[in-house]
Amino acid sequence: MTPPTGTHMRKHSVIESTPNSPLSRRPSFSRRSFLKVFSAAGAAACASAAKPAEAQNTEKQEELMTVLDISKCVGCGECVAACKESNAHKYPTVRKPIPKMFPPRVKVEDWSDKKDVDDRLTPYNWLYIQTAELEHDGEDFELNIPRRCLHCTNPPCANLCPWGAALKEDTGIVRIDEDICLGGAKCRTVCPWHIPQRQSGAGLYLDLLPRFAGNGTMLKCDRCYDKIAEGKEPACITACPEDIQTIGPRSMMIKHAKALAASMNGYIYGLDENGGTNTIYVSPVPFEKINNAIEKGRGRPNLAPVKNSMANEETLTSALIAAPLAGIAAGVLKIFSDARKEKQND
Amino acid sequence: MTNLIRKLWVPVMTLMAITGMGQMPIFKRYYVADIPGLAWLGEPFTVHWVHYAGAAVLMFMVAVITIRWFADREPLTTSGTLRITLLALLICTGYIRVVKNLPDIHFSPTFTMLIDWTHLLFAMLLGVAALWSARTGRRSYTKQTESLRRI
Ligand code: SF4
Ligand code: SF4
Ligand code: SF4
Repeated sequence: MTPPTGTHMRKHSVIESTPNSPLSRRPSFSRRSFLKVFSAAGAAACASAAKPAEAQNTEKQEELMTVLDISKCVGCGECVAACKESNAHKYPTVRKPIPKMFPPRVKVEDWSDKKDVDDRLTPYNWLYIQTAELEHDGEDFELNIPRRCLHCTNPPCANLCPWGAALKEDTGIVRIDEDICLGGAKCRTVCPWHIPQRQSGAGLYLDLLPRFAGNGTMLKCDRCYDKIAEGKEPACITACPEDIQTIGPRSMMIKHAKALAASMNGYIYGLDENGGTNTIYVSPVPFEKINNAIEKGRGRPNLAPVKNSMANEETLTSALIAAPLAGIAAGVLKIFSDARKEKQND
Repeated sequence: MTNLIRKLWVPVMTLMAITGMGQMPIFKRYYVADIPGLAWLGEPFTVHWVHYAGAAVLMFMVAVITIRWFADREPLTTSGTLRITLLALLICTGYIRVVKNLPDIHFSPTFTMLIDWTHLLFAMLLGVAALWSARTGRRSYTKQTESLRRI
């Protein structure tokens, strides 16, 4: 990790912990208690296996959510390094030379020689630290914000993937199957933060029509789904010396995030964005101000308010339910009116 | 009404085929979205919404035709049975995909992929069946009357 410029610490903390303040205590779902929380969920799942099917259907596994207290992040980059190390085995193997694309307007995106880039999201860097220097309520702040996929609750990247390569798991994890993905990058287009990143010259498209369809494979944070499946916590959470992330069942995490925000008279981001995500950032400074202060662009997502991308689909679903019912009614009416006309003619 | 449906059938099915193909990012790549008036084909969300809206119109038409068919019970031709079966499968997989896109509902990754791939497969097979029926003069869906012909 290239050392970030500056100290990357809050210049003035608004949360001075006192023995009785909520922040002076470890959050009830600290990373160290994650395994307990998670294994409890696992135990509940095992216990439910022994219950009748009817009972099982009513018990739904809660999605996992992470809460990031950005007032504590010092921008050390340990999480970024841990993510790279832990997920290196998932990075694509690029077959060179990468086929030229047709038509030529389609550009190859090759990061295979720039794997060390860590100041933005790339196919080889799924997490990076954004920095914001700003002033709020007469105090100067230098905030560091670890950025990656937010794992939306109704993810447009997965819903609009025509190929079934982007998917959401029961745990709430949204990930892209790099062996199936064709690299059309529609997921990046429809993601409000344009999170997934493309690596050309790898993936299934090479075995189909490499010049004419597809363009590689898309990569992004998969919330260390393999570790989660083993009951372990994501690498970035384990590595953080400041314990800024907390992971646990969604309902508990929402309570935790709200309490944390209240304790610092702070703000939250991610709870309602894009219809809801499974990542909440808690900050002592309004996100509007942070959004104005951070560097944005390709691979550098914003922190602006985001409307639910899937809202129109949700409305149109009602039309899809009403349309056949209206058709049945219209068909029945027509049959009756035809029968009446026939009778009158007789 | 059947006449109106007959007139609308091919345009609506064409719209569904185009917006269905448009779910893959090919129209922008192959300059189709550069044609004046067709820029929307390069907008993933717009193509998705139009596919949904077209499906609602199609479902209205299918419901009317189905009710009318139940009233008359005219025997179906082989090519009619084939196309109706494929359309039914296409509709089923489409509805499953719509349900999956609702918040708080998601299916297993394998099932989702199965639905995506079979929806695409049934669409392609229906296209082939429709072309074959048209080229070989087997357009009629029913054996006896003209009422559902060419829809
Ligand atoms: S943040 Fe973007 S990539 Fe991540 S789940 Fe949401 S839409 Fe998908
Ligand atoms: S959850 Fe895993 S994949 Fe996602 S940023 Fe953290 S370490 Fe990387
Ligand atoms: S390891 Fe923790 S403190 Fe260091 S940059 Fe990452 S989130 Fe911030």
